[in-house]
Amino acid sequence: MSDTLEKVQAIVVEHLGVEADKVTASASFIEDLGADSLDTVELVMAFEEEFGIEIPDDAAETILSVGDAINFIDSAKN
Amino acid sequence: MRKVVITGLGAVTPLGGDLNSSWKNLISGKSGASTISKFDSTGYPCRIACEVPLGEGLIANDGSFNANDWISQKDQKKVDTFILYGIAAAEMALKDSGWKPQTDEDNFRAGVGVGSGIGGLASIEKTALLLNEKGPRKVSPFFIPGALINLAAGQISIKNNLKGPNLAAVTACASGSHSIGEGAQMIKNNKADIMLVGGAEAAICPIGMAGFSASRALSTNFNDTPEKASRPYDKDRDGFVMGEGAGFLVLEELDHALSRNAKIYGEFKGYGVSGDAFHITSPSEDGDGAYRSILMAIDDAGISREEINYVNAHGTSTPLGDEIELRAVERAFDSAIDGLSMSSTKSSTGHLLGAAGAIEAVFSVMAMNENIIPPTINLDNPSLETKIDLVPHIAKEREIKAVLSNSFGFGGTNASLIFSHHYN
Repeated sequence: MSDTLEKVQAIVVEHLGVEADKVTASASFIEDLGADSLDTVELVMAFEEEFGIEIPDDAAETILSVGDAINFIDSAKN
Repeated sequence: MRKVVITGLGAVTPLGGDLNSSWKNLISGKSGASTISKFDSTGYPCRIACEVPLGEGLIANDGSFNANDWISQKDQKKVDTFILYGIAAAEMALKDSGWKPQTDEDNFRAGVGVGSGIGGLASIEKTALLLNEKGPRKVSPFFIPGALINLAAGQISIKNNLKGPNLAAVTACASGSHSIGEGAQMIKNNKADIMLVGGAEAAICPIGMAGFSASRALSTNFNDTPEKASRPYDKDRDGFVMGEGAGFLVLEELDHALSRNAKIYGEFKGYGVSGDAFHITSPSEDGDGAYRSILMAIDDAGISREEINYVNAHGTSTPLGDEIELRAVERAFDSAIDGLSMSSTKSSTGHLLGAAGAIEAVFSVMAMNENIIPPTINLDNPSLETKIDLVPHIAKEREIKAVLSNSFGFGGTNASLIFSHHYN
């Protein structure tokens, strides 16, 4: 498991109160993990904090799943 | 004419995490005041408050409040503490009423009315500091919906699927009473059959304490003896002690309650409202606003003044306010003053601001059902002579026919509620 996945997973579990095994790369925040639009804003803020990156609003709108988040974070870090 | 009865009660107070523990401590004359534990109050003029006792376990064990019993940890972070207390006390009242919506129509006919004086003040303070330190992108998307006053009513409606009127009176320290009074009007005017009404407050935070201190409202002479600080009518009183918590009543149209064999605590009988048009923080010196509010409630109740033998006073322990209210009550009751008991439960709970009228309505209904008048603790030397029995120190067993509860708020806003027994 990549380092990013593990950290993203922990953040999602904490913020959405879901089981860790539900937080797979293909899981959609809203459809699979029960988030609402405000939850997704908060998740993006938590990713920014954890990984020390900035996620612009237009990019945040494209982050719909756990996999989307990991891809964005990994490319932003590199 | 539609009648309104009370079928459920709930409370989270500085005296306990539920109504049962709060009531027991209230009638045994306990004080909920202590040195502030929520933050370091060194250097503040007032360093004491009545905080809700927090615990880890269930209320049944030690009478303390554990938020985890009422809302998930994940969701607790999304709401200010005043909403948390509100959700908990509302659930307690609803459970006590035994009512559950069965159909869409049931949902449409059930509403919520929850007042608060200043809502999410602690959240506003914390977020403002964060904004100043880290900039606008660090402000949580849950800040606004977690701090807005009407979101207590919003959250409670969502949790319980109550789709009728959804309201929040914001009238400072009269918010709880106005929410109850306006909720009763919704039922009387056939906008709803059942209303979950009350008030919630949690303003014991640095900016709350500094702000009320600056307006010279808080007690400052009793920082070393907190339990002595709230002393309504006593000659040494020097301001109120801030409290926090929530109180709720289930109000229900009489036939609706009868049809489901609900336990009926009493009848919502009268509602008085008025404005002082005098000063932003001080009550009008002649007490005329309070007087007219009380008279309007008695008139609305359609009962004689003699039937009301207990007044749960606003009585905040401020030098000016207590005497003005006392004189207004004397004037309103006139020849019916003999045999009138009046106590201030704020002597035990402190002043819960927008939740005060709500927990005091709950205590008033309890007093009527238990035939016990809670005491005015710390009343060693009354500053005024009066024929009214101020129930000093010790609770009094007494048959109560009807009870009046007063609440007055900054801005010169007044509310009076009258509850009586329900007779078939």
